[in-house]
Order: sequence, then C-alpha cells, then structure tokens
Amino acid sequence: MTIKRQSAEELLGLNKFAVDEGHPHIVLDKSICAKCQEKPCLVVCPAVLYTLKGGEINFDYAGCLECGTCRVMCKNKGITSWNYPRGTFGVAFRYG
Amino acid sequence: MSADDKFDAIIIGAGPAGSACAYVMAREGKSVLLVERGVSAGSKNVTGGRLYTYALEMVEPGLYARAPLQRKVVREQIMMLGKNGAVTMDYADYDFGGEVPQSYTVLRAPFDEWFAAEAEAQGAMVATGILVDELIEENGKIVGIKAGEDEMYADVVIAADGVNSLIGQKAGLLGDITPHQVGVGIKEIIELPDDIIGARFNLCGDEGAARLAVGCTEGISGGAFIYTNKGSVSLGIVFNPEQAGRNGKKIHEILQDFKMHPAILPLIEGGTTVEYGAHLVPEVGLSAMPKSLYRDGLLLVGDAAGFGINTGFIIRGIDLAIVSGLAAANAVIAAEEVSAVGPLYAKQLEQLSLMPNMRLFAGWHKIMEIPRVFSEYPALANDALKLMFTVDGSVPEKMTSAMFGIMRRHVTVGQILADGWKGFRAI
Repeated sequence: MTIKRQSAEELLGLNKFAVDEGHPHIVLDKSICAKCQEKPCLVVCPAVLYTLKGGEINFDYAGCLECGTCRVMCKNKGITSWNYPRGTFGVAFRYG
Repeated sequence: MSADDKFDAIIIGAGPAGSACAYVMAREGKSVLLVERGVSAGSKNVTGGRLYTYALEMVEPGLYARAPLQRKVVREQIMMLGKNGAVTMDYADYDFGGEVPQSYTVLRAPFDEWFAAEAEAQGAMVATGILVDELIEENGKIVGIKAGEDEMYADVVIAADGVNSLIGQKAGLLGDITPHQVGVGIKEIIELPDDIIGARFNLCGDEGAARLAVGCTEGISGGAFIYTNKGSVSLGIVFNPEQAGRNGKKIHEILQDFKMHPAILPLIEGGTTVEYGAHLVPEVGLSAMPKSLYRDGLLLVGDAAGFGINTGFIIRGIDLAIVSGLAAANAVIAAEEVSAVGPLYAKQLEQLSLMPNMRLFAGWHKIMEIPRVFSEYPALANDALKLMFTVDGSVPEKMTSAMFGIMRRHVTVGQILADGWKGFRAI
C-alpha cells in the first residue's frame, strides 16, 4: 500500500517553505490563550501547528500554509498579530 | 517614483482576478503594476479545483487554449459515503467536452504563473515577492501602496488579495471575517499515472472527472472533492470552521480518514502524495459580500469581494474572479475621471452577469446549513441500497416496512418535511 495515513508533519515535509527566521508572521499572547476555554486552533489548523504542551499553547509558524483559519477562529484574540509572511517567504506551492 | 509618473492602476495579488484585470487593462494601453507577494504568481494559491472556461473566453477568445489546464471535465460525480460503502451518481456528458470544453480541472501554481505572464506579455509590469503593507490615502482617497520602504502611486488600486483580504479590511470595506462566511479547504495532491486515472474514472485521453462527496466530515457542514488532473488527482475536504472547532477531531485527521475510506482508497491506491495545501474559501455567496465593492481609488475583485457560488453540486470561484477582474478593467478603461471608476465597476458587474448570478444563488448556502445533509441523509441512502442489494439466503423483511424502518432510524418525517421546505425556500 502506497497510500497511507500521514501525519501533518509528514505532509508538510512534502511542501516547499522559505522560513523567515526570526520573523514570525503570526504572534500569540500565551497568557490570553491560557484563559481561552475552547482552543479551536488545536483542531482547525490544517497543519496542526498549534499544540498544547504542559497546558500552554505552542505555535510553530515555520510550516504555516497561510490559510487564515486561525485568524478567523481565534475569538479570544490570543493571536495579537496576524500577517502574511514578508515577500518571497513562507510556503511556495508547486501545484496549488 | 514621484506622483507624476504614477500608474493608471496597481493591482494587489496575481491570482485569476488580478491577472485578468491586468491583462485587459494592459492590452488597452493602460499602465499597470501587478504586485504579488509569492515568489511567483500562484505560489500562495490553492484550489479544489476547476475552472469554467467561459470566463477566460470573455477576457480573450481562444485564451483558454494557451492555458496550462489539466483535463476537460466530462464526468460530474456525487458520492454519498456510508461507513463502509458509498452511493455514487456518475453523470457523463460528452457535450461538456465539446469544441470549447465547458470546464477544466486546474492546478493554481502553473495556471496563475501562466496568467500573470500573459498579462506581462500584454504590457503589465509584474512584481513578485512583494508584500503590500499599507494603502496610501490622501483626502479620503486611496492613491497608492506601501511595500516596505517603497511607495507606489496609481489612479486606482485594485485589491485582488484573496478571501483573507487584509487590504480590503485596511481600506475599511471589509470587516473581520466571521467563521460563518468561509470554509476551510485542505487537500493533497496525489500523483498517479494518467492511464490509471483514465481507467479508474472511466476517462479517455484528456477527459476529466469532478467528484464531490458528502458523509465524510463527521457531521460537520462540508464535503470532499476529487478532481482528476494530468498525472495527479486533487483530493480534499472543505469544512465549516466553526463546527470543525466544536467537533474536537483535527480536520487533518478527518481528511486522512476520507483518504483511507474503502470507497476512496481504490481511486488513489498506488499514488504518491506530493503536496499538502490549505486555503479559505468564500462559502455563503451574496450574504457575506461587503456593502460596497469600492471606494474612491480602490476596487475589490475576486475572493476579496466575496465572489463565490456553492450550490452543493457545483462550486465556482475562479470564473467569477476572472469576470470581476474583467469588470474592473473595463471600468478603469471607460472612466473619464477616477471618481467614476467605482460606479462603472458596479455597472460592469451587472452587465457581465456576475451580480445577477450571485443574486440567483443567494439562498443556496442555506441548504448547507441543514446538518442532516452531511451525515443522516448519506447514511440513509447507503442503508437503503444495502437493503435492496443484500442477499444472504434468509427471508428479508418486507421492503416497504424495512425502508420505513431505515428512514426512521436516521430521520423523523418531520425533519424530512422541514429540510425539504428549507431546501425549497433556499433555491
């Protein structure tokens, strides 16, 4: 079987990214996230970049697909800044 | 650059709307700057997806024949998935593949790159790798853009920056996107040899299939899709993000379940996933469109304007984006003064049948708000067919009472009537 269940990490590994080191385009205030009950970001991020470690939300902008779902779903505004990566940085889809 | 040598128009975003707009304006002699944040046009874009050809023909007859399109769609398929099976409707219509085929499957990276290059060949200046940070406003009028240290000026700025339009919001034409307005789409590109695609989807040569599926979203409003490309298929799901947030299961996991479903796996077995993409899509059509699509010096086109039609059996966006880009270009070309551009754009959207289409389908998204469409009804269809086709040597229950039992197991008569009425009113 060549087609198999794949983790988000494996899938992101197939994509081409130009990571803008040191310049996250999405910034969280973790103290706001800590108070958020629903935490929809944990399930709606297609890339599963929002994770819970020891009760704290962690976010890795490096594999971001730039879809904007977290921006739409973050009701308690733990995302304090949401932008697109600077020009040429971020994901570069080869098929799209 | 000083204000003296400003452009006639600056377009933000080299997607189909932006490139169509740039193409037409440049062809008619306007000075156009098309700005794209991706390293190449199309590198930030994702589609299900397909393109309805008429829109390209409106830009320039014969244009579609030059485009890097995938397969001409002659099979429209709808699947209702059950737990361990599927009811599939397969409509083949070879007229759709006629002289100018009605629609093609498409991959956005090659398509958008081609379209931006076509605009460039018409004389537009294309600048990739540039993120527009701000709009420049003077006396209540948008007069240019700021990207890093650079300032560029134009009579008209056209926001073609997509569904999550930060520019439209900065201009004050769009508010925050609510989860109700959009769907989140995720997809894998799975490479498969063309002869295998042809055999599995009943296709000859460059014919293609477009398949939609319901019953695979854990009851979340949404559906899956498979589009056949050249040497690959696009397989994905679109979800209502609000319901997906409440569901608790990662949407990525739901896509993996769909991929491994026994009725889906045989279509893609032997293939190799080569890319994983995600994007938001305008889902609710007219009701989510901004009150105004323009202000002095700025127009919204494509997804940024909310142009999208989802009837449940067809999903349109790229064609509407192209037509809106064309409408914007026509408005800029026809306007004798800048203040006339906005109203002319609105008029063009009527004349090119875009707004009448949006209005006709305005209520259709309400069908997608019937929760049972995404779980109970697909399950019911599967159970009903299972009853009809099961032979195990025992004496089956009488068909009429068994069917009634199946129906009652999934829905009440009241629910069917209510859903039918809601569906009828929606269309």
